[in-house]
Amino acid sequence: MAMPSYATTFDRIWYVTFRVICCLVFAFLFIPIIVIIPLSFNSEPYFTYPMPGFSLRWYEEFFASPQWLLGLQNSIIVGIFATLVATVLGTLAALGLNRAEYPGKTTILAVLISPIVVPIVITAAGMFYFYAKLGLTGTLAGLVFAHATIGVPFVVITVSATLAGFDYNLIRAGASLGGDPLRVFFRITLPLILPGVVAGALFAFITSWDELVIAIFLASTEEHTLPRRMWSGIRELLSPTIMAVATMLIMTSVLLMIVMELLRRRSERLRGITP
Amino acid sequence: MVATTGSHDVMRTADGVPLRIKLRRAERMRKVWAITLVAPLFLFLVVGFILPIISLLSLSIEDPDLTEGFPRTAEMFQEWDGEGFPPPEAMATFAEELAVAGRGEFGRAAKRLNYDISGFKSMVKKTARKSEELALLSPEQMLDGFIKIDKDWGDPAYWLVIKNASSYYTDYYLLWSLDLQRDKEREIVGVSPDRAIYVDVLLRTIEISFAVTLLCFLLGLPIAYLLATLPTRISNLLLILVLLPFWTSLLVRTTSWIVLLQNEGLINDAALWLGLWNEPQELIRNRFGVYVAMVHILLPFMVLPMYSVMKTINPWHMRAAASLGAPGWKAFLKVYFPQCMPGVAAGTLLVFILSLGYYITPALVGGPSDQMTSYWIVQNMGRTANWGLGAALSVVLLLLTLVMFFIYNRFVGVDRLKVN
Repeated sequence: MAMPSYATTFDRIWYVTFRVICCLVFAFLFIPIIVIIPLSFNSEPYFTYPMPGFSLRWYEEFFASPQWLLGLQNSIIVGIFATLVATVLGTLAALGLNRAEYPGKTTILAVLISPIVVPIVITAAGMFYFYAKLGLTGTLAGLVFAHATIGVPFVVITVSATLAGFDYNLIRAGASLGGDPLRVFFRITLPLILPGVVAGALFAFITSWDELVIAIFLASTEEHTLPRRMWSGIRELLSPTIMAVATMLIMTSVLLMIVMELLRRRSERLRGITP
Repeated sequence: MVATTGSHDVMRTADGVPLRIKLRRAERMRKVWAITLVAPLFLFLVVGFILPIISLLSLSIEDPDLTEGFPRTAEMFQEWDGEGFPPPEAMATFAEELAVAGRGEFGRAAKRLNYDISGFKSMVKKTARKSEELALLSPEQMLDGFIKIDKDWGDPAYWLVIKNASSYYTDYYLLWSLDLQRDKEREIVGVSPDRAIYVDVLLRTIEISFAVTLLCFLLGLPIAYLLATLPTRISNLLLILVLLPFWTSLLVRTTSWIVLLQNEGLINDAALWLGLWNEPQELIRNRFGVYVAMVHILLPFMVLPMYSVMKTINPWHMRAAASLGAPGWKAFLKVYFPQCMPGVAAGTLLVFILSLGYYITPALVGGPSDQMTSYWIVQNMGRTANWGLGAALSVVLLLLTLVMFFIYNRFVGVDRLKVN
């Protein structure tokens, strides 16, 4: 976006102002996230700069605390199982949605997407009330079930997006060469839609991993998750250990984001080859 | 291809079935397969998501406390026309049931009566303790017996409250969630000003969501435009600055804002050091903090849809407009911006819909007068255990959200909802 030769002085001033505004907005987006990372290495329990010294004591505190470790363990277990359930069901549904036209398809799609739209407090309160009848409150199984339902729309959306450019003749070709439907699915369909499936799975995982409101309603004091433990920590006293947890969560997000970017670029490259 | 030359000469497949029938059969098979693939998720969501929400919302039209606590009393009070005092038989039944009600049911019923007149709960408890006195009385002496225990029983308003709580299905909680109630003549009127808070909360929810959407739009537009017009290599790098907050946990970002904005926080420290102000400013536990944190959290949801639409706009349109003599701003408004509308609509509606349901962020960085409807749903579900009111507030919030989602679906389309 270089300045053309016919630009007026006003255009030039605006051009600079515009860039400055953009820089400020980017700073607003970025600084709050990185600013707490150094604080987690502070040797003193204060949240001010300059820091008096460097220390890993808050990380030591985290890994020495059975409470935090239980939260971590539960978050991982719930995240993995919720992702598995959401990915399998979501992928199948996306395949079904894109396979044929039938009446009520938009309504079905709206229902499948609705967990993203319904305010999370309403979802959580409803689950608390209904899951109690099924004996699922205060259990990890209940959390897996709940987190899978709110993670599923992301899988449906990402897999559907991949299927939008899918050539169904490939399935017909596979079938005409004698492959049974299962074999065609695992040898042809799945490898082609895999980037979408993995992206959806990552979304489902991060949804569960960061989910707090449902955990507030469904988790018990024994079966809490990492965000749930962090929430009570913040409300009691903002300790530097929370900064250490936040830093680790940011690192997880960065990792997932990188994987996601690589996937996106790969699928863009693939799409570039086959028009 | 499928041309039939006559009824006796249809195109047939190898096994002799007419091609048309075979095709139709294959088409039907495809539909059956499609539905079979969607069915498991559909059922999963019905049990795990739809039924929970329906059962929650149905609590808003149920009033089980009295009908379960004092079933016979409730039945008799329903038959009373509400004029003056209830018939003595109804009072006698009430006295009997007060004596025998189980503790749990009794407590819930007493609490329900207390919603309308505070102090009613202790009055019912006191009456229950002395209910043997009432058991000895004849129906004619019943009202005097009640008044002897507590003189407030002489006020028909208390008896009317019992009648109003006596039917299982009710609009009581839905009216309450809109600061309304039914008076003696069953007309809908406003509640007393000291109890009227929920309309204010609802308007505040809309106001905060609107302001956050507007701020996100104003901040998001320039950077979406910049990202779309820069060379891909640079814009991909800058895009990371938008995607990182998008991927970072909401709780972590809210925590960051607490660290930045609190009285001993980084911003106050820096401003004091630079001499911008002389004493720590209140930046948190107020509306300012809510706006800053919510805009930060929701900005990526505005930027990403706008960016993906802007990327498809041919930059030469702007040059063409300029060559026809339009100044830069005019070219942007008349040529560029109209083409961004799908992205703008998607971004603004998405941010507005997501804002409506915010709970965690306002709870942590807002003050008491910055809490939105979600907060009051949690309060009524948790601390005060007023499930009916919590459910009624959920109905209101959900309706508002669904109306916005309907508009989104109409103008943007659910199938265009993208996450990356």
